[in-house]
Formats: sequence, structure tokens, C-alpha cells
Amino acid sequence: MADAPKSGEPAAESSSAQPPDARPPAGTDGDAAAKPVEPAAEAPAGKGGASGDTAAAKPKPAAAAKPRPKPKPKAPPEAPKGPVDPPPPEDLERPAFLTALEAALPGRIHGLAYWVGDWTVIVTPDALLDVAAFLKDSDDGSFDYCSDLTATDWPPRGKRFDVLYCLYSTRLRQRVRIKVQAGDGESVPSVTGLWPAANWLEREVWDMFGVDFTGHPDLRRILMPDGWQGHPQRKDYPLEGPGELLLESPMEWLRLRNARDEAEIE
Amino acid sequence: MTGQAAAAPIFDTDELVINMGPQHPSTHGVLRVVLRLDGERVVDADVVIGYIHRGIEKLCENRDWTQIILLTDRMDYVAAATNNLGYCETVEKLMEIEVPRRARYIRTILAELQRIASHCLWLGTHAMDIGAMTVFLYAFRERELILDLFEEYCGARLTYNSMRIGGLPLDIPTGWDVKVREFCKVMDEKVPEYEELLTNNRIWLERTRDIGVISAEDAIGLGLCGPPLRGSGVYRDVRKDEPYAAYDELEFDVPLGTRGDTYDRYLIRLEEFRQSIRLIRQALDGLPEGPVMGKVPRLIKPKAGETYHAIESPKGELGYFIVSDGRATNPYRMRVRPPSFCNLQGLRPLVVGHLVADVVALIGTIDIVLGEVDR
Repeated sequence: MADAPKSGEPAAESSSAQPPDARPPAGTDGDAAAKPVEPAAEAPAGKGGASGDTAAAKPKPAAAAKPRPKPKPKAPPEAPKGPVDPPPPEDLERPAFLTALEAALPGRIHGLAYWVGDWTVIVTPDALLDVAAFLKDSDDGSFDYCSDLTATDWPPRGKRFDVLYCLYSTRLRQRVRIKVQAGDGESVPSVTGLWPAANWLEREVWDMFGVDFTGHPDLRRILMPDGWQGHPQRKDYPLEGPGELLLESPMEWLRLRNARDEAEIE
Repeated sequence: MTGQAAAAPIFDTDELVINMGPQHPSTHGVLRVVLRLDGERVVDADVVIGYIHRGIEKLCENRDWTQIILLTDRMDYVAAATNNLGYCETVEKLMEIEVPRRARYIRTILAELQRIASHCLWLGTHAMDIGAMTVFLYAFRERELILDLFEEYCGARLTYNSMRIGGLPLDIPTGWDVKVREFCKVMDEKVPEYEELLTNNRIWLERTRDIGVISAEDAIGLGLCGPPLRGSGVYRDVRKDEPYAAYDELEFDVPLGTRGDTYDRYLIRLEEFRQSIRLIRQALDGLPEGPVMGKVPRLIKPKAGETYHAIESPKGELGYFIVSDGRATNPYRMRVRPPSFCNLQGLRPLVVGHLVADVVALIGTIDIVLGEVDR
């Protein structure tokens, strides 16, 4: 309302300046008109969403709408540092093969974990073959069947890979898991000598995670093509695959990806 | 020049490397086997896989716990219900959810129907690879009946998405159990028909007896599972050893082979038809009343921890290793232990020393599905 005389004054002075000068008043007029309209326009939405009194609903959407434009610097949830590996409860009786293992190889076992009925023996790479051979050959264990061999990637951790061996005994019908922690570029001894089944499984872990197995007879890629770059199951490998740009110039790809993520957050 | 050619033997006696697949009708998908031959005998073989690797494990790390069920369908696509079952049971183990008894029984029925369907497909294609055309048509006729039953239960014929974490999405439709019983009756008559065509057939015996023999120790060492392991006489069936669903309440026998050859593996799968029918009948008789869905939190978010759980799929031990970080609504890591993958590893020792024509029979006998091998 106060702008009206302003726009009138320049109009009297020169007609040529009128169009540029007329615009700001029109703009401010529009802003002034928009302000009262905004809550009114949102009010029906508020009414429809939460059936309630209109008097209370009116200020609410306005209040809710205000912080939205502000860019919220919401930090992404921090990546987990590693598996929890809960220790076994004190009162739980340990299976015979574990007590035998602890007695036979004192100091070689890094830890024990127990979760929903599964026992896990945590060892370092240099102790792996001893522990594995003991579990396979001991009378209490006789884990003659290597059910599965896989890995997990925990990037923030120094030794980022957990290599897991799921063992089963066809005689005693029991299971145990061995867990080995390995860093990037660190190699783990191959268990193909104990369980030939580990051959393809270790190849897959190498293909997908890049964990090197020393003593493996034929460590090649298995699922990905021979000339593939990178290891797809690592957490820092993009879900959408590398694309041509990543292969040509990784830095440019990373810059574009970050820009896109920022645009999505806004 | 001419003198040299005359001195060389007319036929080359060197070893020959030939490539079988990835597009080959008997490889049941996109499997490539590179064979080194001495005449017609296989000296060495290299199995090349990964042609339909879709990164399902990676994908699962970026999907909700419930969204993964339908991804598991896409692995062993001829036995989707057992894949669903394995995944759901693993998450239930991780979250310590109790599944209602009725749901466990219906799951057993679905899993056993699926076993029959998968074995029908195996029998048909395996027999056709060896040259018996009729069996293929017979077996697919019965498989069709099972697909109809599945369609009536969940609306899909191949990728069922038929289970949920904590139970089942649906109770069985009215009259469905009667139809399953009718199917069991049909199957009772049809299994002897297959046997009549093959079991004492001289050509079949010639092609399968003493072909691909593997000892019990080698089979265990190589990590074979399912019928190939039992064919070598190893008593190993996850349904008996680590019972899941309702198998601990039902009676069935585990057929074992004695020689560990292709014929024994054939006999075992035929016997599994009968045992599956027996299991379905018992489960239908004892089908308890009650809900089909257990108490499941609205937001599925298991506590931080990891577990491995295995079930007996038609192909063998299907295991899931799942890691939850306790914070996200998706698994931190999901690993599938595919039975076909582990059985395919045994192909090389099986084929060495046999003829090229036997390679076809041996690929058939281990019963692979490439969707599961490559994931």
C-alpha cells in the first residue's frame, strides 16, 4: 500500500523509466499477496490430513513449512565400525570341541562369539590353518564339510574384511564358524588343502572382495569377467556399477556423484 | 612343403580344446565348459560361470528386509518357494520370531510341492539330454499341475513371493487341500510310469551306470550337497539333521545311494518324489488350525548380529548368511550359499576320463540352475 505513491512519482517524471520501476511494486505486491495466501492454501491440506479444528490447524502448517527451506546439515548415519560379536553368556555350556580347541591351542584364539545359537571362533590369519586343521581332525569336532566361505566388509575398521568359514560335521551334526580379520591387501592362508570345496568359494571371495588367499591353486575371478576392475561387494563400490565414466576418470565420476547427492538432499 | 605334409600323420593326434556353451541346449542355461579332449575322452575341464551374474547379494544390501523375499525368487527360479523359505527362516532366526504351527505346516507342503516340481523339471531335461524324449513330456505334464496349485495359492506360477517374515501372506484357499490330495493321487500313479520308461531301460542303464562315480569322502570334501551327496551314500539331509518348518513332526526316509554314480542319483530323486508325496499327505492330515502369521514388529529391524541358516532345497543345502548392523532397515550383508554352485564345482572331477557325450549326462545329473549359480 505504501509503495503506491512511489510508483506514481517516477511515472510522472518519465514514461521511459516506468516499466522497470513498475516491476518492483508489482513484485512486492505479489509478495504481500502471497504471504497471506500461503497458509490459506495449505490450510485445506492440513484439514484433510489431520481432522481437527481449523483454528489450530492454520498456524501449524505455517510453522512446519518454515524450517523446510533451510538446508538441514543432517549428517548421514555413521557407518558401523564392525560386527558386535557378542561374547557367549557365562552360564552357557561350551560345546566339547571348543573346550578341546582352547586346551590344544592356547593363545591362538582371538575370541569367541555366540549369537542366536551360532558359535564363532575368531582367529588371526596366521592361526587360521592350525585352528581349522584342529577343528577338522579332532574327534570332538570332525568338521569335515565346509558349508560356506564368505566375507563381510567393514570399511572404517583397519582390518576391514571378515572372512567367514561355516563348517559342518557330517558325523556329529554340529556347526561352527571361524572368523578371520584381514586388512586391505593382507592375505589369508587358503584352506583348499583341508576342504577342496573352498576352491570356488575362495575364488568368489577374491572376486567380490579382493581378499587374497595364499596357497590357492587357481585364484581367478569367477563371477565377474576376467578383465574387471574393482571388487563389487566392497561397501565403497557403487551399487549402480562403475559405468564408463568411472573406468575412464574416477575423480570426475566422484565429483558428479557428490553433486548429485547434494542436489538430492536439497 | 609337400614332403613335410606327407611326413605328418593324416590325423592330428594332439589334444583338442573345445568350448561347450555358453549357448548350448544341454547346459541348462548359460554355462560354459571348456573341455580338453584326447580323442573323445575328456582330459581336463574348466567350468566358466558368471554369465547371468546380477549382483543379487549386493542388491539385497540396499533393499528392505521384506523386499528381499522377491529377489530370492530370482535365484533358483524353478524352486522359488524354497528360496523364500530359506530367507524367511534365517531372518526369523535372527529376530527370534516364532512362526505359528499352521504356517510351518503350509510351508512344508509348499516346499515339498516345489521339490516335486523341481525334480520333474530335472527328470525331464536330464532324460531329454540323454535322448529320452517322452519322459520330458510326461514330467512337464505333472509339473504343470503343481504350477496350477501354486497359482491358486499365491497367484504366480514361477516367482511366487509366497512367504513372509514371520509366516505366510495368505492362508490356503478353500478346497486347495483337496486339490493337493488329488495331485498326490495322480503323482502316485505317474512315478511308476517314469520308472517304467527309464529304470530298467537298457539304453538308460548304459548311459548312467558307472558314469560320474564319486566316493563319499570326495563328495564331502568337494562340498557336494543334496542328491549328489546322498548318491554317494552320505546320510546328510538338512531336513533331518537340522529340522526346520514342520519336518521334525513328520516322518520320512532319506534315500541313499551305494555306488555314487549317475544312476544312483537318478534313483534317489525318484524316491524323493515318493517321500515328498508322503510328507505332503502327512502335513495335510495333521494341518493344525490357527493363524498363519506370527507376531512380527511393524518395522523389521533385527538386532545387530549375524547368523547362518540352511534348508534343504531340491538342489541341496541352501544356506543364508545374514549380517544385521541393528540400525538400518536393510541387511548389512547377505550371502547365499547356493547348492547349485557348490555342486557344479564337482563337475570337473566327475567328467575327467569320460566321453564327451557323458558330459551332457553329468551336467544333467548335478541338477544346476544357472540363476542360482551366478546369482
